[in-house]
Amino acid sequence: MTATPYVVLSAIIFTIGCVGVLTRRNAIVVFMCVELMLNASNLALVAFARQHGNLDGQIAAFFVMVVAAAEVVVGLAIIMTIFRTRRSASVDDASLLKY
Amino acid sequence: MIAFWILAPIMVLAALGILFVRKAVHAALLLAVVMMSLAVLYLVLEAPFLFAVQIIVYTGAILMLFLFVVMLVGVDASDSVVETIRGQRVMAILAGLVLGLVLVTALGQITLGSAVGLGDANSGGNIQALANILFSRYVFAFETTSALLITAAVGAMVLAHRERLDPKPTQAQLAAQRVRDYAAKGLHLGPLPPPGVFARHNAVDTPALLPDGTASQASISRVLAARGTVRSAPALADDIEGVQQSLESLGDDAARGQGPAPANTEEDDR
Repeated sequence: MTATPYVVLSAIIFTIGCVGVLTRRNAIVVFMCVELMLNASNLALVAFARQHGNLDGQIAAFFVMVVAAAEVVVGLAIIMTIFRTRRSASVDDASLLKY
Repeated sequence: MIAFWILAPIMVLAALGILFVRKAVHAALLLAVVMMSLAVLYLVLEAPFLFAVQIIVYTGAILMLFLFVVMLVGVDASDSVVETIRGQRVMAILAGLVLGLVLVTALGQITLGSAVGLGDANSGGNIQALANILFSRYVFAFETTSALLITAAVGAMVLAHRERLDPKPTQAQLAAQRVRDYAAKGLHLGPLPPPGVFARHNAVDTPALLPDGTASQASISRVLAARGTVRSAPALADDIEGVQQSLESLGDDAARGQGPAPANTEEDDR
């Protein structure tokens, strides 16, 4: 059994995550779409680990999970701080650096 | 392979749902569906350790964190439909379609051959084999992870912590402030009236009725008033006639020495 279907599924989910990051306005949902992309890459890593018969891909997926957990913690703290000062979780409102 | 063909459509549909649902909570729940399906796929792909980690870390910790922040920010913090950049949504969807087509066609071109499988690598147990690699070849990356984690923890604490500019008022100070407000501005000295005491509904979104039949605005939570989910006062003002009628019948019953007033009122019967 080849890994191609898994990798194709991972590509589809990655694309959906990309479109979500580009279109959604709510910062929390944008973050969820980033998580979706990370998960899709994890699926590809695990599928390739099985394809090649060694566990390096699973280790890489494990590190991706660790980094994702750290990233979510800091990112959600930033969203909370922005919400506390601006009363909004929309990514369009935090545009002070533009001017 | 059966698990894959069952779970793949569910995952794609749930992922597409994240793009289209309006509320952040629904997006989080759909993300949970994707992550749980992914965990099962890990099990199919001979990665039982990642199956457990996916459920514990992703659906257990990260998604709960998302839900907590959604609750703190407000459940109804939905997206605005207005486009700030003209045509951005169409362009984004087009770009996504192009990316997806390129990826899928490129992956369709290659042939990977049959999978080697992890039977040999997992022969001594998946977790033991992973530990062997993690603590030998990847030990430096593993140690670096600890620096990353502690940086994230400290960063989250610094960002989420709010410095108090003035000391927290004690109970005695609050009481003194109340009496001062009463003396200066004539504000109500006692506690605020609870909602719904004289109304038909004992719910917090129903304002209490004052003796003259008007709704007391002080009895409603400020949050509910700001959200606009308070029941309207005129609807309650209509009720006052029913209250008066039941009071009159109560008075009649009491005069005739009959039993107590009926427990349920007209509106309940309706």
